[in-house]
Amino acid sequence: MRKLWTKILGLGTLISLVLPGIALAAGGGGAAPVVIVSDTRKLAGPFAWWANLYNESHLYFMIATIIIIPLVGVIFGMLADVVMKHIGIDLEHRDLAEH
Amino acid sequence: MDWLYVLMPISGVTIFWPGLIILGVGVGVIGGFFGMGGAWMVTPGLNILGFPMAFAIGTDIAHMAGKSLISTMRHGKFGNVDYKLGFIMVFGTVVGFEAGAQMIMWLERIGQVNLVVRWLYVLLLAFITWMVFSDVAKRKQKERAAEAAGKELDKLATGLEWHKTFHKIKIPPMVHLNVAGIYCSAWLPIMVSFITGWLAGILGIGGGLIRMPSLIYIVGCPTHVAVGTDLFEVMISGLYGAATYTYKGRVELVAAIIMLCGAAVGAQVGAVATKYIKGYGIRIAFGCAVIGCMISVLLKLVPMYFPVIKPVADVLATWVVLGVVTALTVYISVQMFKGAAKEVRQKKAAMGR
Repeated sequence: MRKLWTKILGLGTLISLVLPGIALAAGGGGAAPVVIVSDTRKLAGPFAWWANLYNESHLYFMIATIIIIPLVGVIFGMLADVVMKHIGIDLEHRDLAEH
Repeated sequence: MDWLYVLMPISGVTIFWPGLIILGVGVGVIGGFFGMGGAWMVTPGLNILGFPMAFAIGTDIAHMAGKSLISTMRHGKFGNVDYKLGFIMVFGTVVGFEAGAQMIMWLERIGQVNLVVRWLYVLLLAFITWMVFSDVAKRKQKERAAEAAGKELDKLATGLEWHKTFHKIKIPPMVHLNVAGIYCSAWLPIMVSFITGWLAGILGIGGGLIRMPSLIYIVGCPTHVAVGTDLFEVMISGLYGAATYTYKGRVELVAAIIMLCGAAVGAQVGAVATKYIKGYGIRIAFGCAVIGCMISVLLKLVPMYFPVIKPVADVLATWVVLGVVTALTVYISVQMFKGAAKEVRQKKAAMGR
């Protein structure tokens, strides 16, 4: 058991030491474009509002995002429930329980 | 044909939106079935569709949170989710994820994000492939031995049994995980979740690809419970990841919602399919998915050293990802529809009696 933990710790240390090394040794390469301000000139309607929200406050933009995503998920999930039940699939039980 | 393209408000790139829906359906089916976010398909997929890598990672995580919520709702109803285990793992997942996300921002600043992410992917995928198939081979060996002895192998028997060694660690507090049927030190799931969360943050994935096999082979969960519990974790880490990547300006919500339209349907099909396919069937299909993913990532890596083959390798990588997604989606969907049709027939027959 001690040997296993030593190996795991050793591997973890190796990865954390080697990763930055790989990155630095490779050198060069272009960074992904970092968008600080969204270009709203070509946008209209909800898209323009959304891009403006991003430009005005990253915090509000983040809060709106994490509210919208689960909300959309729950709505779609409930709709699918209705459809599945209509088809006649049992959504409460599963017979198979093996590994 | 301009109507087939939509201008993304934050990243400013124009994207072929039906491609997003198709990607959403495929990843929904596969994710709901294997208990993972499916970022290994979505991140390169979004990159292929035209998103810069950093946006591909953030957008993928955002869509994954919504899709995993749909799948978790479904798996929860089947009794596949060990919520106690899920909540224990949340802390390690979130702390590990933040550590990984900070690391990726640093790598991005020094301009090597693509190279490091892809090499780490390949190493992990190779290890997972080996783990899954050696497990399957060992179980087959046990089956043959039992057959030769004229016995029948226990249905709960597994090939690799590393979890038994890990369960010998008795550092308090000890916990009973009733749904998974495990009694172990709470530190085991916490450490597993921290390490998988850290890797997830670096790779820009929900962590299912790593966490699902970890739950099976290290924590010792039955396959179905590993799938359901992992989706619960992917949902939490996906939401946290969406928040952190959005705050850093790396999420394109419009693309995430378009993908969710397809993923919502796919996630239901995938989750319901676990009702009809046996545990080892899920593991073998998972292993095949991992191999496909590894080949596609390798095809993106090799041209970094041999630029002359880049055009061919790019096309091949696209075909491999699309091929794997299509093959698995078709396989899972067919199994799901066959199983559902059989169930409906049996119900009708029972009602007719």
